[in-house]
Amino acid sequence: MSSETSTVTSEPPPTTADTELTLRLPGESQKSEAKSTKRRFSDLTDLKLGGNDESDTECSVVTRSTPAKERVVGWPPVRSHRKNMMKKDCKYVKVAVDGAPYLRKVDLELYSGYQQLLCGFEHLFSCFTIRNVLNERKLMDPVNGMEYVPTYEDKEGDWMLVGDVPWMMFVESCKRIRLMKNSEAVNGSELLEKC
Amino acid sequence: MLTFINYRYVVKCKVSYSIETCNVTCFASLSLSSVSWLLFSGFRERNTYFHYWLLSSCKSISSIHHIMDLNQKRTRMVDRVDSVDPDLVSPESTPMCPFPDEVLEPVLSLINSHKDRSSVSLVCKDWYNAERWSRRHVFIGNCYSVSPEIVVGRFPKIRSVTLKGKPRFSDFNLVPEDWGADVYPWLSVLAKAYPFLEELRLKRMAVSDESLEFLAMNFPEFKALSLLSCDGFSTDGLKAIATHCRNLAELDIQENGIDDLGGDWLSCFPETLTTLQVLNFASLNSEVNFNDLEKLVTRCKSLRVLKVNRTINLDQLQKLLLRAPQLTELGTGTFTQDLVTRPVADLEATFGSCKNLLTISGLWDTNSLYLPVIYPACASLTFLNLSCAALRSFELAMLLIHCKSLRRLWVLDTVGDMGLEAVGSWCPLLEELRVFPADPFEQENVAGVTESGFVAVSRGCPKLHYVLYFCHQMTNAAVATVVQNCPGFTHFRLCIMNLGQPDYVTNEPMDEAFGAVVRTCPNLQRLAVSGLLTDLTFEYIGKYAKNLEILSVAFAGSSDLGLKYVLGGCPRLRKLEIRDCPFGNAALLSGLTKYESMRSLWMSACNLTMNGCRVLAKEMPRLNVEVMKDEDSEDSQAHKVYIYRTVAGPRRDAPPFVLTL
Repeated sequence: MSSETSTVTSEPPPTTADTELTLRLPGESQKSEAKSTKRRFSDLTDLKLGGNDESDTECSVVTRSTPAKERVVGWPPVRSHRKNMMKKDCKYVKVAVDGAPYLRKVDLELYSGYQQLLCGFEHLFSCFTIRNVLNERKLMDPVNGMEYVPTYEDKEGDWMLVGDVPWMMFVESCKRIRLMKNSEAVNGSELLEKC
Repeated sequence: MLTFINYRYVVKCKVSYSIETCNVTCFASLSLSSVSWLLFSGFRERNTYFHYWLLSSCKSISSIHHIMDLNQKRTRMVDRVDSVDPDLVSPESTPMCPFPDEVLEPVLSLINSHKDRSSVSLVCKDWYNAERWSRRHVFIGNCYSVSPEIVVGRFPKIRSVTLKGKPRFSDFNLVPEDWGADVYPWLSVLAKAYPFLEELRLKRMAVSDESLEFLAMNFPEFKALSLLSCDGFSTDGLKAIATHCRNLAELDIQENGIDDLGGDWLSCFPETLTTLQVLNFASLNSEVNFNDLEKLVTRCKSLRVLKVNRTINLDQLQKLLLRAPQLTELGTGTFTQDLVTRPVADLEATFGSCKNLLTISGLWDTNSLYLPVIYPACASLTFLNLSCAALRSFELAMLLIHCKSLRRLWVLDTVGDMGLEAVGSWCPLLEELRVFPADPFEQENVAGVTESGFVAVSRGCPKLHYVLYFCHQMTNAAVATVVQNCPGFTHFRLCIMNLGQPDYVTNEPMDEAFGAVVRTCPNLQRLAVSGLLTDLTFEYIGKYAKNLEILSVAFAGSSDLGLKYVLGGCPRLRKLEIRDCPFGNAALLSGLTKYESMRSLWMSACNLTMNGCRVLAKEMPRLNVEVMKDEDSEDSQAHKVYIYRTVAGPRRDAPPFVLTL
């Protein structure tokens, strides 16, 4: 999942003599402006470079009269696979599990959300299963009945509960992950509540 | 004057001719490994003089097969029809010189090209039958053009199937998910008809884990699986393949939308599996168990293609290479390391011991320290895929000095124009160049390549015939120079990444560039255009691109005329994909008679309306005219239209947003 956001830059005024040639579809002047503005916005926020989850992947119409350059769906025609391959910084973070002798590393860029991350933990540490307790996602080791709460250290050095912030923000700010045994996590949150 | 064919002569002849005279149309000219003969139709009576002429001028011809009464009109469609309606084949073939079956069948078994086989099947009913019984591989370019039942009904003895599904623009997120192209319905029919199926090659199909499990369990002789740009499956499906396909020779997983749940699928190959020849898992992300991989490579002595993924480090790669020095194609893992555990010289020696390497790819994160270890293997390389390695110009130059046999090169635009100059200097045999953008969405401070790099390559590489070039600027003059230097282009795909960008020197549209391409390159089969383009570009294309088969157009043209020009020209057009162009119903309908000779037409974000599409659908019942509905667009607009010929009728599995008109 790429963390790129679209860039909006100013374009120099058109210098071509073909001023009547626009990229707007002819015959769709005002409506398309309104629609395309709306679509453009949703495209900007929803544009997932690797995935196909938006079915309204309409290309936004780019007009030469607007000064801003925006990203258009499917342009340039580079396959998602290639885009994913060229990610220069894979976001590898260490994952520590309380009681385990060694750490693992996961690439957060591989996941598109918290659910996938938990599934990733399930596969990485085959002892875990995901359990939904009161809408909080927890990992449980069925052998010893212990619950593990995923926490992470952010850029500022604070230990946070995984799942509070939007996924992209999490990927951006996460430095490392620790799966805490439930007793400790509960104490931690009680402490916070007292503040 | 017709000679009876003697089986011994069949294997000795070498020549192939195709002749057109005023009243003879050469029906098909087939050249096999060592046989050739002429077939022609349209005669009402034997033309003795013409036979004399043929026999005297074509000394090696040993037989002339003569068919009467075959409908002449159809001869022009011979090359284009992928599926044949048996009722249309003339029953009245009365060969003057009948080929006995025992001659025909072995001869036909030498023909592998599906286009030739298509021609053969149209000669007469006997040949149609001989061909269908001898065909072992079927190629289906559009999975909806025919139904699996029709395929298995016609070809009883298939061992290898190639299936392609979604329109190509699905690679760029223009086709919604759940559009279709599910392979499962095919598999269930194939399992009954071809229990001994050996090979399955899928491109842009929807493949689920269940499908892969079904494949693994129902085809005991299964040998080769190739998945390119498919989606819908996970590594669990691969586990099933690895576990159950006892005779697996090829597992080629490329560029798919795969749910990578872990690398343990590789450990599912049984210890008894020794038949692997091709293993490509470069596009998977998870770590595999290296011990299991090493053991697999060791015991598969026929392994010739090994492409590992990024998690394999240099030390591991070294071990693998020592186990498999016979490799012809290698995809490395990460090609750098922080801690040097083994001297670079060792690695270099290992590469030197791989005498058969023709292709190297992978090379992730490589740099000046590690890239030179491949130099000893470079002299015989014919294909170098550096599209995952962000090399700088001097790194590429130093490498290419060693690559004198190179025919195909893929690079990132980080190499810059200077890197391309090195290509021109050191790779005189180059036939194919692809330059990919390292940062396709970066709009400011872009480096990359320009027109001068393009020209530099063309100057040094006169044999260049395939180019895919992503750049931010181009000029008409540069393109004209390039095609003058390399008139043999068959595939010309130029992508100027800034939308609607004119010639940056003259500020004119890029029409003359593509005009030069189609005028100068008579063998052009595939063209992708970009930049600021008016209808003039399409006028040129329609007029000059006689051999064009595939055309991709985006954000171009000024009016309906553009599309009309193309549909009115380009006699060999098979695939046309258009997005964001001002082409409307009139243009669409101008191509009415053409679409049955094409595989497919895609038009999105153009000016089509539902009514226009309905008219087309009504006039051409053998086409499927599909419109993809989208919530944002108005009911009357046809925002995404996909049109293709078919003998299978409308899709039965269309999702709710696909309307077949």
